[in-house]
Amino acid sequence: MTDLTSLTLAEARKGLDSKTFTSLELTDAHLKAMEDARALNAFVMETPDQARAMAREADARIGKGEGGPLAGIPLGIKDLFATKDVRTTACSKILGNFVPTYESTVTSQLWRDGAVMLGKLNNDEFAMGSSNETSCFGPVGNPWRREGSNTTLVPGGSSGGSASAVAALLCMGATATDTGGSIRQPAAFTATVGIKPTYGRCSRWGIVAFASSLDQAGPIARSTRDAAILLRSMAGHDPKDTTSVDIPVPDYEASIGKSVKGMKIGIPKEYRLDGMPAEIEKLWAEGAAWLKAAGAELVEVSLPHTKYALPAYYIVAPAEASSNLARYDGVRYGLRVPGKSIGELYENTRAEGFGAEVRRRVMIGTYVLSAGYYDAYYIRAQRVRTLIKKDFEDCFTKGVNAILTPATPSAAFGIGEKGGADPVEMYLNDIFTVTVNMAGLPGIAVPAGKDAQGLPLGLQLIGRPFDEETLFSLGEVIEQAAGRFTPVRWW
Amino acid sequence: MSVDAATVRKIAQLARIAVTDAEVPHLQGELNAMLAFVEQLSEVNVEGVEPMTSVTPMAMKKRQDVVTDGEIADDIIKNAPMTENNFFLVPKVVE
Repeated sequence: MTDLTSLTLAEARKGLDSKTFTSLELTDAHLKAMEDARALNAFVMETPDQARAMAREADARIGKGEGGPLAGIPLGIKDLFATKDVRTTACSKILGNFVPTYESTVTSQLWRDGAVMLGKLNNDEFAMGSSNETSCFGPVGNPWRREGSNTTLVPGGSSGGSASAVAALLCMGATATDTGGSIRQPAAFTATVGIKPTYGRCSRWGIVAFASSLDQAGPIARSTRDAAILLRSMAGHDPKDTTSVDIPVPDYEASIGKSVKGMKIGIPKEYRLDGMPAEIEKLWAEGAAWLKAAGAELVEVSLPHTKYALPAYYIVAPAEASSNLARYDGVRYGLRVPGKSIGELYENTRAEGFGAEVRRRVMIGTYVLSAGYYDAYYIRAQRVRTLIKKDFEDCFTKGVNAILTPATPSAAFGIGEKGGADPVEMYLNDIFTVTVNMAGLPGIAVPAGKDAQGLPLGLQLIGRPFDEETLFSLGEVIEQAAGRFTPVRWW
Repeated sequence: MSVDAATVRKIAQLARIAVTDAEVPHLQGELNAMLAFVEQLSEVNVEGVEPMTSVTPMAMKKRQDVVTDGEIADDIIKNAPMTENNFFLVPKVVE
């Protein structure tokens, strides 16, 4: 039998349906791959017993002809999703040994559709980071290395474990979350496909909150088709999240292979940064040429407030984080460090439990919300956010169907290489992705090529609200033209 | 705008995070780097622009004001570091 882990999700589904192999065989192959890839540190908890039990159940359902859309497909779950009776930490010491008594809506829908959970995936602490280096479980290795080098690179973040595991063939797909680029940037760093759907498409219920007005769940997968299959199961209205939108979820897979002829693709001039590496420029032009060859029309567009998205984000996101993370008090769950008074108990617990990046963001958020600074920082940032969103609306009103940009300003970098002296250096990774969260739009990152050192690079497509379908159609055009990228195994 | 050492201590206290004297200069540097970065927002003309309150145009959904959940005290305290008779325990607050 060929190696089951190298199949795409869509191929595996066929094999399961035709009884070429069982979910238990498929699951065991992945559990073995996980065991052999522990050097990547992609999983923070493996759940083999649960995986096999779920696989057996899926096999029984498939046998009776009752398998759901994901019946028997082994997946990895970012440790930000609450999983019933399985430790959920957000990769923070402050959650300690937290074991939820409930299941997040998104994961419960995956299990409803028959998927199998292999384990919990590493991420930046509370999803705050762009390299997966802030996790309390340590950094994740990128399956990709520079040609001729054995330096371990970061997989991006915050969904670094998800991207690494999918790229290294440890799972057929993974859940991820994206607040400023945390799905799309790691996807670009690992030659995987990641989509952040429109804000409100997936329920946030049961996902550890970072910045509630920006957080969205989405899949990381090995092809646009696989991402489309996963998103259909993950999306949908949930009365438990008042920001989840009550509109039907389309069959995203049906958009794969749909013609993009006549579509208007915007190329935003403000994304052409000074000092942008020539290979990123080249990749972007190539992507545009592929879409043009498929019949799309390219138009230059302007998003004048682009450069203000990242600074506005670093006010809005920390402000919301400081509020959301107030719940970690050492009283109701998680870590508790004693103190003489309740005030000391809070302060000691939070000093010990939060890592440096989280502490920094909670503090900056506290500052911009404090009396005397609220208007100057927070309210101003929210006004700028209105302008960022309007830039996109103006584009879409002119008939633009989607916008094409690079996904990241560079390829993956080495562990410890960035942000040591100045946190802003790390934040600049999200310069092309963060605008999308600020405007609540859908964005997909698709592998499109390699840099001179052999590292993958991705392109991003930004869509109209709730038009993920167009992104899947366009993403697949790029995927077809660029081909597939698989890392050479070193772990 | 930038913050001084006293402001860093004040923010830490508001955020309920214990900070040692030795940590203050480093934190001050980091916070000031972030504040310097966001300073560019002051260039933007936001005259007459409404601050964003909802990224998708939607009316807040409402439901009947009735109890829909409960009787799960064991679940609620399951992860608590210290409890007694279904109460969370904290250090003495009132003398």
